[in-house]
Amino acid sequence: MRACYIAKSPMAASRELGGEMIIMSAVDSTLFTLNDVASLIWKSADGATSLQEIVESKVCAEFDVDPSVAFADAERLVGELAKRGLLLVADHPVEQSLHAERNS
Amino acid sequence: MTALMERLNSRALELGVPLNAHLDVTYRCNERCTHCYLDHDDHGEMTLAEIKDLLDQLADAGVLFLTFSGGEVLMRMDFFDILKYARRLQFCVKIKTNGFMIREKEANRIRDLGVQEVRISIYSHRAEIHDAITKLPGSLKRSMAAIRLLRSRGVTVAIGNVLMVQNLNDYAGVKRLANELGVPVITDPTITPKMDGDRSLLQLGIRGSQLREVFRDTELVGNVDEFCALPGAVDDSAMDNIACSAGHTYCYISPYGDVYPCVQFPLPCGNVRKDKFLDIWRNSTQLNEVRSIRARDLPTCSTCAHVGTCTRCPGLAFMEGSMRGPSSLDCDKSFARTGIPSANMIAKAVLSSSQDRASNSTRPVSFSSLVQIMIRT
Repeated sequence: MRACYIAKSPMAASRELGGEMIIMSAVDSTLFTLNDVASLIWKSADGATSLQEIVESKVCAEFDVDPSVAFADAERLVGELAKRGLLLVADHPVEQSLHAERNS
Repeated sequence: MTALMERLNSRALELGVPLNAHLDVTYRCNERCTHCYLDHDDHGEMTLAEIKDLLDQLADAGVLFLTFSGGEVLMRMDFFDILKYARRLQFCVKIKTNGFMIREKEANRIRDLGVQEVRISIYSHRAEIHDAITKLPGSLKRSMAAIRLLRSRGVTVAIGNVLMVQNLNDYAGVKRLANELGVPVITDPTITPKMDGDRSLLQLGIRGSQLREVFRDTELVGNVDEFCALPGAVDDSAMDNIACSAGHTYCYISPYGDVYPCVQFPLPCGNVRKDKFLDIWRNSTQLNEVRSIRARDLPTCSTCAHVGTCTRCPGLAFMEGSMRGPSSLDCDKSFARTGIPSANMIAKAVLSSSQDRASNSTRPVSFSSLVQIMIRT
């Protein structure tokens, strides 16, 4: 299986509202919402954790789903978000230029 | 507004989440616009560290849509540090600026930081008018150059066009300019009093027949019949409506850390230098009072024919005397749209008539004839 790393694009803005992830694209001002599983993948998109690891350690740990099915779904989601310019995808860890460095 | 955005706003309202915030990072400005309501001196702006801490708190509180404005945001040497930090926290950022200080380097940074929209103020397509309003020679040229630089980099830009007496005849020219640049124009005839309550600026605003004419221009309002339609019957549920998002899903924070329900609603609700933002948002007596008000609680406006359609701004009403009172500027707009005087206008006319009678012993004027007179003027 080819390695796949994902990071939030600098063109994306996002916030969780009542358990629902909202994503806004600065590319075309499109607004999206993600379901629970997709939200978990989005939140885990730190550029350093592979998609396989995200699926195995987070998605499958939290949801009752077969790992191969979950991975295939995750790949489809990642492809869709990447196509819209919201996720950066690479076969090596991605530097996330806007990665949050909290004061606190 | 899209259906999804409406749903999210409703959800935020239900959860008490401030989905939108407006942060003025400075009141300092390189322009001195004739209609500006601010004091441009620096009375102790928040430091970069304080603003970063505030942004952390706003993100935790659930703010997604964040507007940076001023003053002129680029008067702060650390503005790009603020912007970068905000984008790291995944805010959807809009910037309001006059664009004067945006050159290639700044345009590149705005593009690279994924800013959602840059709103640039243009008052006229003619330099002699625009620059006379901003009192900064060369400002139209520089603002236009900024729009071109940003557009050429794919940044979304919109022109903000405040309409007033000085530039009333130029909005069509601004629209043409915007079309050439491929950007939308947001035209607004609202002039607000100064933050200190001084209402002298209101004389710059367009009123009466001029406002009526503006409201009948399809270029500005779209479907005139719809925009200027007479107010219809109001069902009881409309009396439970709130005025706007101010204090409900939106708030304003000044460069000094003061929290208000809206940029146009100078009711101090707390200060983030003293208290945590979320404590102010949830527990401020003032914010909770704003939140408690429904249309049925407005002594004059609840009896008004326009209650279901009026753009009544509670902030302007507050500046006029009471957050539950009428906003005369919005009464003027309702009257200019429909020719129907508001309950506030009628009450004032009756009062004025009674005073005239008391002082001059003039012939009594009936209530209905007053309405007729007002419709015809």
